[in-house]
Amino acid sequence: MLQRLFGFKGGVKPQTHKAPSVQEPIAQAPLPARLYVPLHQSIGGAPTPRVEAGEDVLKGQLIGGADGWVSAAVHAPTSGRVVAIVDHVAAHPSGLPTLSVVIEPDGRDEWIARTPLDHRSLPPERVRELLRDAGVVGLGGAAFPSHAKLTAARSVPMEDLVINGAECEPYMTCDDMLMRERAEEIVRGIAIFRDLLGARRVLIGIEDNKPEAVAAMQAAVCGLAEDYEVVAVPTRYPAGGAKQLIRVLTGKEVPASKRSTELAVQCFNVATVYTAYRALAHGEPVVSRIVTLTGNVERPRNWEVRLGTPLGDLVALGRPKADTSRYLMGGPMMGFALPSLEAPVVKATNCIIAAAPTTFPASPPEMPCIRCGACAEVCPHELQPFELYWFARARNFGKTQEYYLFDCIECGCCSYVCPSHIPLVQYFRFAKSEIWAREREKNAADAAKARFELRNAREEREKAEKAERLARTAAARPAEKKPAPASAETVAGQPAAVPVDAAPAAPAVDAEAVKKATIVAAMERARAQREAAQPRNTEQLSREQQQEIAAIEARRARVAGDPPGTRTTRPGSAPPPAETGDS
Amino acid sequence: MITTLAIMALGAIVLGAALGYASIRFKVEGDPLVEKIEAILPQTQCGQCGYPGCKPYAAAISAGEADINLCPPGGMDGVRKLADLLGREVKPLEAEEKPKQVAIIDEQTCIGCTLCIQACPVDAIVGAAKQMHTVVEPLCTGCELCVKPCPVECIHMLPINENLDNWKWKYPVIEIRRAA
Ligand code: SF4
Ligand code: SF4
Ligand code: SF4
Ligand code: SF4
Repeated sequence: MLQRLFGFKGGVKPQTHKAPSVQEPIAQAPLPARLYVPLHQSIGGAPTPRVEAGEDVLKGQLIGGADGWVSAAVHAPTSGRVVAIVDHVAAHPSGLPTLSVVIEPDGRDEWIARTPLDHRSLPPERVRELLRDAGVVGLGGAAFPSHAKLTAARSVPMEDLVINGAECEPYMTCDDMLMRERAEEIVRGIAIFRDLLGARRVLIGIEDNKPEAVAAMQAAVCGLAEDYEVVAVPTRYPAGGAKQLIRVLTGKEVPASKRSTELAVQCFNVATVYTAYRALAHGEPVVSRIVTLTGNVERPRNWEVRLGTPLGDLVALGRPKADTSRYLMGGPMMGFALPSLEAPVVKATNCIIAAAPTTFPASPPEMPCIRCGACAEVCPHELQPFELYWFARARNFGKTQEYYLFDCIECGCCSYVCPSHIPLVQYFRFAKSEIWAREREKNAADAAKARFELRNAREEREKAEKAERLARTAAARPAEKKPAPASAETVAGQPAAVPVDAAPAAPAVDAEAVKKATIVAAMERARAQREAAQPRNTEQLSREQQQEIAAIEARRARVAGDPPGTRTTRPGSAPPPAETGDS
Repeated sequence: MITTLAIMALGAIVLGAALGYASIRFKVEGDPLVEKIEAILPQTQCGQCGYPGCKPYAAAISAGEADINLCPPGGMDGVRKLADLLGREVKPLEAEEKPKQVAIIDEQTCIGCTLCIQACPVDAIVGAAKQMHTVVEPLCTGCELCVKPCPVECIHMLPINENLDNWKWKYPVIEIRRAA
């Protein structure tokens, strides 16, 4: 506890409203009638469905396989039958649909076979894979696949592992309750992350307004005889932002352009650590999470909810008061209003707040910026929100980037203090997504241009080849008109069986010779055509490739019955006219 | 006096030689203005501007032969950027601005004539003679060039709907209106 603390600039102290939801312990939410499990619940690739409609699944069975490295698997939250795999409204500010697996529970809640594993007996690569296939993602709200954060930078030896239990967002208490009730499992889980990263020191940061959680964690650390430091950090929003907590505990500042591992530090949420422990030590993939249900409800508390539970079912457990007008997902500072309660609980759902016009009044109209600088004073990243606002509002996106728009963590401090009630964060989100969209468009345009140019080059080449072929055919044509002797010239360079055969016959039956010459010319044309159709792109082959081709050709020739080397033509091209000329 | 002149003359010769060398050594390939214009154009290669592709249109703009408001896929956004780059007046678009589209082939009707493959400027259609054809949607630029050649009219253009991957935060409009 003799930890020297560093500060971070800015920040605000909103009322916490945390007390109502910590009165009762975490409760198991009942099984809903139907679960809608979205396949894409984490950042990165959208998992591919691994089940079909009509299939019976067990609790914990894989229903969506990770797609690529940065992606995390999705599992059935209970046993039952897959009714359909359809688009269902997502827990997202847009309310747009996303591909979801609809499961009708059979009520037995029967697990698949679970194999407990000890991470120390497995190679680190395997542990990361296991975490990915257990669907372990950042449960603080970002839902970034954890295994992808568990590789230390090659050149920098890992120093600090920061475990984030700060939970600075008002109303939210899910991490607090988790630490109070399941501290031992969290502390055991930290060892997995510490060993994978090779961190020298582990710092557990908890805001000092949660003394019970601090005590519980400390007891667990002592009980397991670990050398982790549990640090109570001053309560100030956003102390729970990964970058702020890293700064407070280690004094390191992570810029937007760098990964924190490059500064020898990495940060994980306590709930993430807990699920990682359950995944390895109990073989239980992530099928549920703890959600705070609070605000304008009769019974605020924390629920352990199966992923995919419709939010309407969850909200009903808290008995919302009559004047509840809307629901927020996430906290009041960084969250968003849910467009529909049909959306399901997902891995990123940490808190649902029932909002009434009295507790969450609609924001007053936006007034002009008076350049008071209050926003700049509270910005934890020392940005200048009023400048960013000015350029975002004018859609001058280049300028917003010059003012480090992408360093903004959308914490909402600036909007919170702005006396003109400007929804600054909304402008920043708008600017960011516009910039991303433009980037996508630019990349698509570049790719289209490259394909267009390749196509043009190919057409040019084909035209040239065709012209060449025509020229060659034209050269062969005269043979048709003239009697046999002429054809000897056109087939010079080939076994002269035809002329030998044709020449003596010429004086006797002229018509016969003309016919034969025509056949020879046609064969010559066909040969030229086939030659033109030989493999392309063979000009810039490497030595190995050429040798490989030579070896294959030799093998083919052997199979065809000729000893290699005697065949001058490639297999598949016209047989030597010497044979056919006679027939 | 003489020395001054000599020094000045020497300086002129040395600097002249350096400039001459630089102009050969660091010669810029191609026309940089055309490239800058082309970077703004959407590379749909649709020819709706009246030129056979984005590059020829860029060349025409740079030569002062074409107006900057002829590219419908680029939209008003493109016109604004071109006006910025060239210091010209922003003009309303000649044609109507359309939402982004993608071509879809009705695979039941396709007779496999390959005409659409020949029409597609970005090779976004796959298929073979007498076989069913299909559009590789991520590569399709929505240029509509394949629609006309199809003899059985089985290619349709569908607007790209908003989904979770291309969804954008909206400009905070309501607040501004309330303030006004
Ligand atoms: S706090 Fe609001 S009014 Fe003050 S400078 Fe920032 S944006 Fe402008
Ligand atoms: S939302 Fe962005 S700009 Fe505003 S205070 Fe937070 S980090 Fe600074
Ligand atoms: S598929 Fe059709 S619309 Fe799409 S790029 Fe090719 S020609 Fe244009
Ligand atoms: S042009 Fe029409 S019919 Fe012909 S291949 Fe293309 S889609 Fe099929």
